[in-house]
Amino acid sequence: MGYTLNFAVVWRNFDQLLAGLALSLGLAVVSILIGAVIGLAVAFALTSRYRAVACPATAYVTLIRNLPILVLVLFAYFALPQLGVRLDKVQSFVAVLALYSGAYLAEVFRAGLLSIPKGLTEAGLAIGLTPMQIRSTIIIPLMLRNVLPSMSSTIISLFKDTSLAATIAVPELTFAARKINVESFRVIETWIVASALYVVTCALIAALMRQIERRLAVPR
Amino acid sequence: MAKTILEIAGLRKTYGPVEVLKGIDCAVHEGEVIAIIGSSGSGKTTLLRCINMLEDFQDGTIRLDGEEIGYHVDASAGRRRKSERDIARQRALTGMAFQQFNLFPHMTAAQNVMLGLVKVKRLPKGEAHAIALKWLDRVGLGDRANHYPGQLSGGQQQRVAIARAIAMNPRLMLFDEVTSALDPELVGEVLQVIKDLAAEGMTMLLVTHEMRFAYEVASRVIFMNKGVIGEEGNPREMFLAPRTERLAEFLKTSSFN
Repeated sequence: MGYTLNFAVVWRNFDQLLAGLALSLGLAVVSILIGAVIGLAVAFALTSRYRAVACPATAYVTLIRNLPILVLVLFAYFALPQLGVRLDKVQSFVAVLALYSGAYLAEVFRAGLLSIPKGLTEAGLAIGLTPMQIRSTIIIPLMLRNVLPSMSSTIISLFKDTSLAATIAVPELTFAARKINVESFRVIETWIVASALYVVTCALIAALMRQIERRLAVPR
Repeated sequence: MAKTILEIAGLRKTYGPVEVLKGIDCAVHEGEVIAIIGSSGSGKTTLLRCINMLEDFQDGTIRLDGEEIGYHVDASAGRRRKSERDIARQRALTGMAFQQFNLFPHMTAAQNVMLGLVKVKRLPKGEAHAIALKWLDRVGLGDRANHYPGQLSGGQQQRVAIARAIAMNPRLMLFDEVTSALDPELVGEVLQVIKDLAAEGMTMLLVTHEMRFAYEVASRVIFMNKGVIGEEGNPREMFLAPRTERLAEFLKTSSFN
């Protein structure tokens, strides 16, 4: 084929890729943190015995999980302004990814909540704790430990979804790579390096999550 | 007669169409150790769970030191459940130990005992820790304070659970089949702890299948049968000369010999 790999252009613009990666991580961290708060509230709502609480939560999770995230991203960026909601592109993407994370994390947390024996809640009640105190001191800490392994893959998947921000010109990693690609025509080199950055970052996230898991493991 | 701590009148509890408690009347006096026996499904555990509102009940009253547990009963407004906050405060007045121990697995033995002292009684951590250590020591686990439940045997876990309940200084202790989930060789250590507490004058209600233990420790025995109190009296009369056919039959099939 006679194609010679030449990474020079990519290395020259490597700072742009790193800046893009930093923004990708920033988008992911902020969205996932907001999403975790949403997910926690929704998970409790999903497991509520009151239908008026459980139904809206189910509707939210069902709606979000059955929409492609790209559609949500485009809707938030192009359609919301028509409805009078004006967000800049970063804000609109964070809003979408937070809502999206919320739905997925809600399902993860819900499974975690269901795995906690009812007896622990009763033991908490028996010593006079209020339901709120039981949630904060017993249920949530145990639930988070239970779901760390499955949360790890959800978080990695959400991090990768930040690449969709490129479609609305948020200068994250994929957008930065595309820019270098277009300007240099070094297609293969650019995407190899961008891919490598994604792979390494995801591996680091996974390692970090395993570390947290180990740190928090209940001794037995 | 000693002071009445607990007064149950006309207690009824239904699960849907099934009536589990069909009108229970009973009074518990300070320092009494009451063993509740009966076959499974007779309502003995449900009775215990109503006393600290782990189960709602549909009719009747339970009074602890004269205060109505769980519900406001008032002639004009009828009957309504008290607020969660009120019920939580009332639950702290009774201690409960469960069949499955139910220790919080992410906390050490000491932290398990401290939790209620810090969160419910609002004691400073240092003081709570000292009380926790004192009670762990009393149940023979002073050297296990920093162990997690997963690092303890069943018998040790149950003793921590008892320490957790007793440390709250309850008016009344409820024991719900606390030895049923234990290996036979671990039953003795738990019964010994209960025996010591009884000897110190702790008022307690024990749902138990350990007939020999009930016979030795209880000051009174209640035999539950199909949601009502079938027979009650002192253990000697009850075990050696049951008045009802039902109790005689139950004792024949149980381990008391």
